[in-house]
Amino acid sequence: MTDVIVIGAGVTGCAIARELSRFELRVQVLERASDVCEGTSKANSGIAHAGFDAVPGSRKAQLNVEGSRIMESLSRELDFPYRRNGSLVLCFREEDRPALQKLYEQGIQNGVEGLQILEGEQVRQLEPNVSGQAVAALYAPSGGIVCPFGLTIALAENAAENGVEFHLNTEVQNVEKLGEGYRLTTNRGIFETKVVVNAAGVYADRFHNMVSGEKIRIIPRKGEYCLMDKKAGGYVSRTLFQLPTIYGKGVLVTPTVHGNLLAGPTAVDVEDAEAVNTTKEGLEDVLKRAALSVRALPSRQVITSFAGLRAHEENGDFILGQPKDAPGFFDAAGIESPGLTCAPAIGRYLAGEVQMYLSAEKKADFKAVRKGIPCMETASEEQRRRLIAENPLYANVVCRCELVTEGEIVDAIHRPLGATTLDGIKRRTRAGMGRCQAGFCSPRTVEILARELGKDISEICKNDPGSEFLVSQESENTAGGI
Amino acid sequence: MKKDLVIIGGGPAGLAAAIAAKEEGVEDLLILERDARLGGILNQCIHNGFGLHTFREELTGPEYAERYIEKVRELEIPCRLNTMVVDLAEGPGEEGEDRPVKLITVMNREDGLVTIRARAVVLAMGCRERSRGALNIPGYRPAGIYSAGTAQRYVNMEGRMPGSEVVILGSGDIGLIMARRMTLEGAKVKLVAELMPYSGGLKRNIVQCLDDFGIPLKLQTTVVDIKGKERVEAVTVAQVDENSRPIPGTEEEIPCDTLLLSCGLIPENELSDGLGVAMNPVTNGPLVDESLETDKGGVFACGNVLHVHDLVDYVSEEAAQAGRKAAAYLGGGLKRSGRRIPIRAVKGVRYTVPAFIDLDRMEEKQVVRFRVGNVYRDAALTVAFDGNVVSRRKKRVMAPGEMEQVVLKREDLERAGNLGEIILSIEEQQNLS
Repeated sequence: MTDVIVIGAGVTGCAIARELSRFELRVQVLERASDVCEGTSKANSGIAHAGFDAVPGSRKAQLNVEGSRIMESLSRELDFPYRRNGSLVLCFREEDRPALQKLYEQGIQNGVEGLQILEGEQVRQLEPNVSGQAVAALYAPSGGIVCPFGLTIALAENAAENGVEFHLNTEVQNVEKLGEGYRLTTNRGIFETKVVVNAAGVYADRFHNMVSGEKIRIIPRKGEYCLMDKKAGGYVSRTLFQLPTIYGKGVLVTPTVHGNLLAGPTAVDVEDAEAVNTTKEGLEDVLKRAALSVRALPSRQVITSFAGLRAHEENGDFILGQPKDAPGFFDAAGIESPGLTCAPAIGRYLAGEVQMYLSAEKKADFKAVRKGIPCMETASEEQRRRLIAENPLYANVVCRCELVTEGEIVDAIHRPLGATTLDGIKRRTRAGMGRCQAGFCSPRTVEILARELGKDISEICKNDPGSEFLVSQESENTAGGI
Repeated sequence: MKKDLVIIGGGPAGLAAAIAAKEEGVEDLLILERDARLGGILNQCIHNGFGLHTFREELTGPEYAERYIEKVRELEIPCRLNTMVVDLAEGPGEEGEDRPVKLITVMNREDGLVTIRARAVVLAMGCRERSRGALNIPGYRPAGIYSAGTAQRYVNMEGRMPGSEVVILGSGDIGLIMARRMTLEGAKVKLVAELMPYSGGLKRNIVQCLDDFGIPLKLQTTVVDIKGKERVEAVTVAQVDENSRPIPGTEEEIPCDTLLLSCGLIPENELSDGLGVAMNPVTNGPLVDESLETDKGGVFACGNVLHVHDLVDYVSEEAAQAGRKAAAYLGGGLKRSGRRIPIRAVKGVRYTVPAFIDLDRMEEKQVVRFRVGNVYRDAALTVAFDGNVVSRRKKRVMAPGEMEQVVLKREDLERAGNLGEIILSIEEQQNLS
């Protein structure tokens, strides 16, 4: 019997696993997908929220402000992209000013630092492309942007390095309470554990309800996004939110930490927890709503669109900790916005609870620091030269749009929890994330994956099994041409 | 490293430019190619039909490329393969050179990171395909969605099939060629859908690649949804109205495992942008004059990085001119005069290359290439000097898929006196008397 099983290798599960790896515990993470960061964590706004949104006194408010505070030091410790770019909540109508004021006061109560209400013209001095319709804004200099893949993968790699065992392609089918501990049935056999941490995202209610009489309900709430070219990345430098109005919650326009421009998300409740498809209506809605915030949204520069599903708990709250009737079963359920920001704080909190429950001792040899994959695109000339001198593969460019080299791709494959799929390479190195959307580099990346993993290229998948890139071993009639 | 001339790109444009420059006496030149071999996209175009104009014979893409690669070898023009240009900038010229020098930062395994100082540059980086993301097609994001060119590379260079039941969106030439190619390799191509009321490809490709194989082409049709989580399972197509908006109720789901996209090519001008070269928003390529020189002196552009061509023969011809003019620039010639005449594209003419003519630098004849914005039948192509129509040529068919050209004579321009602008336009039938 293992000590702790974490269900789900999204940002929450990985944050909890990483914090648990500080203790003398045997920890396993079960993930149904072929990689970490394959669910909600891969398709969101990538915002480190300042913390003025949550109701004062709520756990969400406390975790948000804590998460926002620790994100910067964590980004140095674990080497993932994060930038404190500041955020603005735009107010478009005079009659909505009281709501803006309320948000300001809420933020002060929550302990958010540096908040300020700015008049329309002050806003446009800061951000010249903010639309003339904005009459005022709440400015939060502590707002930030973070790479959601970078954060999740960094947490997972560090956890793995500290002894956490990750079981990918392992789907939990049933959770059963034993006299002591729990039995988990999966597509890869039975696991028994003293403690379960339920970080299963949009499926968290399913596992909770298997062991507890206090039923919960998670509603998948779809959010669609449009991502624009790096050429448009400087269009705004701060994150622009919209004050919720009678017309709805509004969408954000933000630079990403990698320098693209992002607009979204929509918010539509869906039945199907697998429905990560974009829709015509959704994408049109994103562009239409985003156009309210800025003078002229560079929508012709869209390079891709995507959708994610928020794990919306029906009462809109995080569910953290043990249900009364299921000791040793710890929920991390209903983790939606600002879940990405909160994840490091949730990790600390829940790992602390589990540690107390199991009376675990601290590990003497915990390694807190993790070094990421070098990034040739952002490296200085001197760093580039040094990397190339160490390994000439860093001079061999595979992805021309994002300047990703063979060296970085090989690194991504051979790390702890290394990439085995095209999407895995993409999220670790950004190969294929640029304006040609992998048109040129995917054949090369597939070839490198096959070579390094000792596979045939027909076995290489985009992500999960069944997503093989090529359908057959060999076409029959290639040599002769037509 | 110092060079007189650096050619960025070793595809058909770069090869022809290098050969012409060398033949004009440029000794110190270098071709930079990011791929492992010269020839560019021609290497994966194993179908025939290349070289009809240049060599009066039908060659395959690799054969056409080989003729130029042979010549490059014969002329001992140096090349760096597997070499990526990561930055292009200008710096002050050396002593005795009042014109700025070009600083080209490159990376490769052998040399590491190197900056080359070049007196002149030919931009010949080619183009890329418009992606699914840029088209903003809704739906899932499974495996099985490829640009036609990526699929072509898998089939023709890796010997691998990207799918077996195929729908192709876009009737650009690569899409048409791939419809035939996938069929010959045993795949079932169920449909080629085209958003516009006409094909974006060459007429001969529609006949030889679709009609001859019984592959249906549906015009004014687009893909409105993609189904399948891991692998494409089906796409939904719908008819569109005159504003290219899908018409509700016309949706049809087509089961398939592959969607190929052939929806336009975009010149790869990230380096040109970085240098600050003035661009044409219609072509997404640099604005050039009669010598194919950009607004940055000593920086020339040719091939698909300048504007997307229909035939490689024209690429070679244009690139050779860029090479010759770069040689003239290096020889101290090609000074700019004040007599620069803009060419304005109106009424159906989308753009022209060149966009300007410097009368003092103009050769006896100048070919002006362009594309039209619609299908025109029995319309006339007119050239006007300021307000006066000086030529009107009737054409049976003009289509966006085929490049058009007019030839301007220097003597005509001289004779026109103080010419303000040259205007190219299409005159439709009702206006023809």
